Amino acid sequence: MIAFLTKRLMHALLVMFIISVIAFAIQDNLGDPIQQMVGQSVPESEREALREQFGLNDPFHVQYLRFAGNALSGDFGTSYFYREPALEVIARHLPATLELVFGATLLIVLLSVPIGVYSAIKPRALLSRFFMGASIIGISIPVFLTAILLIQVFSIGISVSLFPESTAWGAWLNGLLSTDGGMPSFGRGQDLVPVVGHWETNLASLGGLKHLVLPSVALASIMLPLFIRLIRAEMMEVLQSEYVKFARAKGIGVRRIYFLHALKNTMLPVITVGGVQIGTMVAYTILTETVFQWPGMGLMFLDAINRADIPLIVAYLMIVGVIFVVTNTLVDLIYGLVNPTVKLTGKPA
Amino acid sequence: MTFKKTLLASVIGATLAATALPASVSAETLRIGYAADPETLDIHEQLSGGMLRLSHLAFDPLVRWTQDFQFEPRLATSWEQVDDTTVRLSLRDDVTFHSGNPFTAADVVWTLERLKESPDYRAIFEPIAGAEAIDEHTVEITTDGPYPLLLNLATYIFPMDSQFYAGTTEDGRDRGEIVKAGNSFASRNISGTGPFVVTERRQGVRVEMERFDDYWDSDSEGNVSRIVLTPIAENAARVSALLSGGVDFIDAVPPNDLERVREAQGVDLVEVPGTRIIGLQLNQARVEAFADPRVRQAVAYAINQEGIADRLMRGFATPAAQFSPPGYSGHNPELGPRYDLERAQALMAEAGYADGFSIDMIAPNNRYVNDAQIAQAVANMLARINIDVNLRTMPLAQYWPEYDERTSDMAMIGWHADTEDSANFFQYLSACIDTETGAGQYNYGSYCNEEIDALVARADRETDLEARNAMLQEAEARLHEDAGYIMLHWQNLAYGARDGVDIAPVVNALDFPYLGDLVIQGE
Repeated sequence: MIAFLTKRLMHALLVMFIISVIAFAIQDNLGDPIQQMVGQSVPESEREALREQFGLNDPFHVQYLRFAGNALSGDFGTSYFYREPALEVIARHLPATLELVFGATLLIVLLSVPIGVYSAIKPRALLSRFFMGASIIGISIPVFLTAILLIQVFSIGISVSLFPESTAWGAWLNGLLSTDGGMPSFGRGQDLVPVVGHWETNLASLGGLKHLVLPSVALASIMLPLFIRLIRAEMMEVLQSEYVKFARAKGIGVRRIYFLHALKNTMLPVITVGGVQIGTMVAYTILTETVFQWPGMGLMFLDAINRADIPLIVAYLMIVGVIFVVTNTLVDLIYGLVNPTVKLTGKPA
Repeated sequence: MTFKKTLLASVIGATLAATALPASVSAETLRIGYAADPETLDIHEQLSGGMLRLSHLAFDPLVRWTQDFQFEPRLATSWEQVDDTTVRLSLRDDVTFHSGNPFTAADVVWTLERLKESPDYRAIFEPIAGAEAIDEHTVEITTDGPYPLLLNLATYIFPMDSQFYAGTTEDGRDRGEIVKAGNSFASRNISGTGPFVVTERRQGVRVEMERFDDYWDSDSEGNVSRIVLTPIAENAARVSALLSGGVDFIDAVPPNDLERVREAQGVDLVEVPGTRIIGLQLNQARVEAFADPRVRQAVAYAINQEGIADRLMRGFATPAAQFSPPGYSGHNPELGPRYDLERAQALMAEAGYADGFSIDMIAPNNRYVNDAQIAQAVANMLARINIDVNLRTMPLAQYWPEYDERTSDMAMIGWHADTEDSANFFQYLSACIDTETGAGQYNYGSYCNEEIDALVARADRETDLEARNAMLQEAEARLHEDAGYIMLHWQNLAYGARDGVDIAPVVNALDFPYLGDLVIQGE
């Protein structure tokens, strides 16, 4: 176990090192941060002085060694835009992203397991076919489109006048298809409850929860169909296996077979995929956060790219690398708990 | 604000509908969704639209522009030319800063000195020699030579609280120092005279302001008591925020959404003709043909500015034939767009380029409204006079470094005159390049016409404004004739506001809404 964790720690350091070198190597292509800091009419001489002041004229290895030296003592540079240490900026944006991912994960878990199991048990039922059809559509619609649709329907509202308003059934159908809107379409709102340090939560107030709903649904929309299909496929496979047939022959109750014996084995691969996907979600909330102006890491990163805020870009990429290593490690640990035959160190048993 | 019980709503919203909170926003709170928030609280750290907007909220200028480009007294009540190089300004005597300190002439002197130290402002304030407090509420500003634009510069003088910014911080740093992208005292603390006091600020997330109880301008009808500014950079998200009632006021409505905002119920669209000229520069240093005025004219004749403004910009731009927009001193009413394809082809033939040539061109794709599409349209139009354009577009952060290298044959640039004066355009965009004086800093094409430069230089020492206007109009006419800069249009500004938020009287072509004077009608 110790050996395993040490190995993973080394992985994390290696990943951070490689990412930092790559990020530094491409920084010249990210744009000129000085351009973002000064007005357009500022003369070249002033710009040159600033470039010198920020050490942007130094050769690559000098800049990198300076950065690496500081990084070893925990200083990942100061964001040009936020005027604060990059790690501090990321720490401030992290809770928003984590809460968004938490909301999306909750939706995925609560919906995908029952739907997946149901459509595996009753593959021919009308409802199952509907879920399968809907999930195909869900997978194919890009997340920003889902987000824009959600905003239009639930924030702005739509008024349908397709059917004749004069008839009772027409008015009823129009009313049925129209929405008033009113859901918040951007940001985290004003009802944040401070928890500890930089962490202010959306989860502890009604206003906060309202702001979390649409972004969570949008973020979940891409993963949910994937998980429904994954659970369904795994479950169907498990239901065909020898031990399930044997349990049936033994006369064990159907419910007990489905939810105790079969579901447990179904969840093994789902945990693996799920863990990795949650890591991916933390890293790739960029689109959702942009459309909903959710002040998390994704939006921060996109802004940093637009502003050529190089210290923040480098720090962010390194942190995301670490998040991937950590989630993978956690997944392996959990997998070991669920399935004790797996050996973490990878030596043959 | 609850959902109707509908099919669509019940998919996800039904349970929340019952618990949705009624919005309890008082009529005087203004929730703003701007594309950008102020970069810092130090108004001299960076010259940008976001910072100037903050300046007009938390500070007051000595004078400010009205909608029709006249000067309106603010902290300065009157001004007189004492001699050729000195202007005496009388200041209001009933003004206090947010800190409680009284506003005096010493603050103006201190602020001017600080402006002359700011990397972003010192070039603009170069003509100013100094300032002297004559008494508590009179100040004299002297210039190096006769200078006609002192009042234009005074719109940038937002007196800062010199007592508040004096002294040192706990860790021994000067409270007044200007630090670029650093954590200085002035970038985190603010004390101005303006209508609003900054109460909370989270960079990139929110700025909150409360109306200043002791604000001097008690004649103003403005009734906004609180401002919550959320930066929403994404165009679609900003428009959605307005349409869904999440904010009361947005800036920069994108052309694609103009119709939507105009026709939506409960919101108003306000369009203002802008002053930012969008145009193209032909690089003579790389393409020999562009040194020939006939070829430059051919390019100017080949581009259908009205078509671009009507169709591509959907009326969101005013076709331009000169730098100066209407209202500017140098605007020459005789110059108009001159699209004429036959004439363009004839000029190309006359110059010996009937068969045309190939060039490459660069344009940004996220700086100006529809910039990449405009560049593409221009490329197609030039194909008709056999100029084959290889276009590359790129995001802003990469565009300017590329632009500075000047390794393409044609480039797009937009320009807003910081001084709101015609001469500024010439000095930056078309003057003969002089690295000593900084003239022609953005003259991508290395265009050089010494007669025009001489005219503009003369205008900048002429304090008789009538004579000066005539010189600048003459300069515009000559540049037009010489096609030294290919004009496209002035980009309009568009704001959206919910009904009852009466923004039309407080917005202006400068894009700095005077929100202290904004009136919100009760519901």
